[in-house]
Amino acid sequence: MAETMAHAVAHHAPPQGFIRKYVFSIDHKVIGIQYTTLSLVAAFVGMALSWAMRIHLAWPDMRLPILGWLSPNGAPGGLMTPEYYLSLMTMHGTIMAFFVLTAAPFAGFGNFMLPIQVGAADMAFPRLNMASFWVTFTGFLLACATFFIPDGPPLSGWTAYAPLSAVGSVAGPGQGWGQNLWGLSIALFCVASLLGSLNFIVTVLDLRTKGLKMSRLPLSTWAWFIDAWVSLLAFAVLLPTCLLLVLDRLGGTSFFIPGGLVFNDQLQPHSGGSPLLFQHLFWFFGHPEVYIIILPAFGLVSHIMPTFIGKPLVGGWKVITFSEIAVGTLSFVVWGHHMFVSGMSPYMAMVFSVPTLFITIPSVIAVLVWVFSLYGANIRFDTPMLYSLGFISLFITGGIGGFFLAQPSTDSYLHATSFVVGHFHFTMGLSAIFATFAGFYYWFPKMFGRMMNEKLGKLHFWLSFIGVYCVFITMQLTGMSGAVRRYSALVDDFMVPLIPAYRFMTIAALLLGAAQFIFLYNVIWSRFKGPKAPDNPWGATTLEWDTTSPPPFDNFGGRQLVVHHGPMEYDGDESLMQTSPEPSIAGT
Amino acid sequence: MATVIPEPPQTQNKDHLKAYAGNGGGNWVPDQARPLALREHPFKPAQTGMWVALAAITMSFAALTSALIVRQGVGLGWGHIALPPVLFLNSFVLLVSSLTLEVARGRLISYVHGNELQKAVPMRWLAITLFLGVLFVVGQYAAWLQLKSRGLYLATNTNSSFFYLFTGVHAAHIFGGLLGLVYVMSKLHRSVLRRSTFSAAAQYWHFMDALWVYLLLLLWTRI
Repeated sequence: MAETMAHAVAHHAPPQGFIRKYVFSIDHKVIGIQYTTLSLVAAFVGMALSWAMRIHLAWPDMRLPILGWLSPNGAPGGLMTPEYYLSLMTMHGTIMAFFVLTAAPFAGFGNFMLPIQVGAADMAFPRLNMASFWVTFTGFLLACATFFIPDGPPLSGWTAYAPLSAVGSVAGPGQGWGQNLWGLSIALFCVASLLGSLNFIVTVLDLRTKGLKMSRLPLSTWAWFIDAWVSLLAFAVLLPTCLLLVLDRLGGTSFFIPGGLVFNDQLQPHSGGSPLLFQHLFWFFGHPEVYIIILPAFGLVSHIMPTFIGKPLVGGWKVITFSEIAVGTLSFVVWGHHMFVSGMSPYMAMVFSVPTLFITIPSVIAVLVWVFSLYGANIRFDTPMLYSLGFISLFITGGIGGFFLAQPSTDSYLHATSFVVGHFHFTMGLSAIFATFAGFYYWFPKMFGRMMNEKLGKLHFWLSFIGVYCVFITMQLTGMSGAVRRYSALVDDFMVPLIPAYRFMTIAALLLGAAQFIFLYNVIWSRFKGPKAPDNPWGATTLEWDTTSPPPFDNFGGRQLVVHHGPMEYDGDESLMQTSPEPSIAGT
Repeated sequence: MATVIPEPPQTQNKDHLKAYAGNGGGNWVPDQARPLALREHPFKPAQTGMWVALAAITMSFAALTSALIVRQGVGLGWGHIALPPVLFLNSFVLLVSSLTLEVARGRLISYVHGNELQKAVPMRWLAITLFLGVLFVVGQYAAWLQLKSRGLYLATNTNSSFFYLFTGVHAAHIFGGLLGLVYVMSKLHRSVLRRSTFSAAAQYWHFMDALWVYLLLLLWTRI
C-alpha cells in the first residue's frame, strides 16, 4: 500500500477537466496521440500537395480551381506558375520530412509507448513533453500559414539552399515573408525535437523499472533511444543554422551570401559569404535527419516482427541494436555526399564516398537479420506483419538505388534527376511510412482499446504496396532517362517522350492516395465501432501488453513491475511476458 | 494544480524511495526525522537531463565555431577587431559567480544537515551569484556599446557579425541560467528545493562559465 502511494505521488495526479485532460495534457499517452494525429493531418496535406504537382506535370493545362482560390497570384485561374510549383514542392518536402516522417514514428509512438515499455508512469519531464508538442504544433501552423499570405510559400525547397533562401523577396515570390515563416517554423520544430529527444534519453536512462537492464529493452525502445541521440545532436546544428539564415535575411549579415551577387538585376549589398557553408551546415543536420526518420522504423519493425514469426530475431537484440548504433554514428560523417556536384574537391568527395558506402554495411546487416529471421518461421500474416514485410521490401529497393548515388561518378549524372527523388521516397519516405503503418495497426488496440478491421487493413496494404512501386519505380526509371527534378514542365526534347510515364505515375499516385482514405475510414470506424481489444491481442511479450487497453492514467494501475526477461521470448505459439517470473523459453 | 510536489513518504523502507526517481529525489529541506537516504538516492533525472542538454548546447556552439572557421577560410572581407577591454572584466565576474555558487551549495548542505540554522545564509550567496550573473550581462551590453561607438554593428563586417553572434547567443544562454537561479531561490524560499534541481542549475551555470572562457579565447584569437 505504501508502495502504491509512493508511486502515485511521485508523479502527477490525474488531471481534471477537458482542457487539462485532452488539450494541454501532460500525460504522455495523450501527447503521443496528439503527435500521431498531427502527423496524420500533415500527411494528408502533404499528399494533397503532391497530387497538385503530379497533375500539373502530367496535364500541364489542367486547371485546379482550389489552387486559384488558395493563391490568385501563384495559380491564376487555377493554373500554377512554375514558381508556385516550386512552392508546393517546398512545402510538400517540409511538411512530409519534418511533421510526418520525423514526428510520427518517433514522437508519436515513442511518446505513447516508450514510458510504458520501460515500466514508468510517464516521461521524465511531463511538462517539457507537453511543451514540445505544442511547439511542434505552432511550427506546423506557421508552415501552413505560408499558403495564406499574399506571396505564398517559399520556393527554395525543403533544403532552403542559400543564397536563394537568404536574400529575401528579391529572389522570387514567397522568398519574403514565406521564407521567414518557414525559418521560424523549422526553428520551432528544432526546439521541440531537442526537448523531445532529451525527454526520451533521460526516461530510458533513469526511469527503467526494476530488472529492466538495457539488454532487456524492447527493440523499439532501443531504436527511439539511439534516435533521440542522433536527433539531439543533429537538430542542435540546424537551430544555429536557422539563426544564421535569419540574420542574413533580416540582420544584413553575410554568412551565406557572397559578394557581387545579382538577383533580378539588383546587386545585393553583401560580401564574402559562403553558400557552401550553408550546405555543409544543412547537410550536417540533413543526413542524420534521414536516419532520424528511418531508425524508429527499424525499431518498429524489429519490435513487431518477432511476435508474428513466433521466434526472436536472428542474433538477438545485439546485432540489430549495434547496427542501429553504427548507422547513427556513421550518419554524422557522410553529409558531404549530398554535395558531390555542389563544388567539392575530388579528394573530399572520396572522403565522403567511403563512409557512405560503409554505412550500407550496418543497414544491410539489419535487413539480413529481418530476412533470415523469416526462415523457417510460421508467419502470421496480420496487417502489422504485412506492413513490416512491405517496409523491408521498400527499404531494399531504395537501398539498391543508394549504391549508384554513393559514388561521385554516377551521382554526377543522376543527382539532378528524379532518380534521386524516387530513391529517397523509397528509403526514408515510404519505408518509414510503411513502418509507421505497421506500428499503427499493431498498437491501435492498445492506444484506443479497440481492434482495427483486418480485411480493410489488408486491402489498404496491398493497394498501397502496389501503388508505391508503380509511382516510384517509374520515377527512378524516368530519372535514368534524364528527367530533371524540380522542373514544373516537361519542356526539353528528351523529356517530352516521358510524358506517358508521367501520366502513369500521376494516375498511380492518385489511386495510392485514394487508398489512404480506406485507412482513414478504418481508423475512424474502428475507433468507435471496432470490437473491444483484449489486453494482449497479438500474444506479445513487452510491458505495454501487460496492462489494460487502453492503459490507465499511471499506465499500470499502481503496480510496480519487475522484469525477468528480454523482450523476445517466443517459441512458436508460446510467448513469455517480460514480467513473468518463469524461466526463459528461448534461452536468451 | 496538476502537479503534486512529492512529499517524502513517512517510512524507513528505502525501496519505496525509488518511486521518486521520476521527480528528482526528495526535498532539500532540513528535517532530522527523515532518513538521510531520502536526499541521497542515485536517480537524478534533472541532472541526467542537464548533461544531455549540455551535449546539445556543445553541438550548437561547435557548429557555430565551424561556421566561423569556414567563413574565415573564404577570407573575403575578413579583418581583425580589437576586443573591447571590458570583456576581460566580465570574464572575471563570471568566474567569481561560479565560486559564489559553490559557496551557496556548501551553505545549503550545512543548512540541510542542520549545522546552519538560517535559510537566509545560502539564500544570500545565491543572490550574490545572481547579481554577478546580471552584472556579466550588463558588462556584455557595455562591450556592445563600445563596439557600437567604434562604428561596428552586426552587419558592418564579418568579424563584427561573428562577435555579436557568439556574445549574443551566449548571453541568451546566460539569461536562461539567471532564470534557473531565480527558480532555485524561489524553491528554497518555499522550502521545496530538490537536491537535483540545485545540482542541475549549478551544472548549467558552471558550463556557461567554461563556455565563455572558450568563446573568449576563440574571439581573441580569431576575430
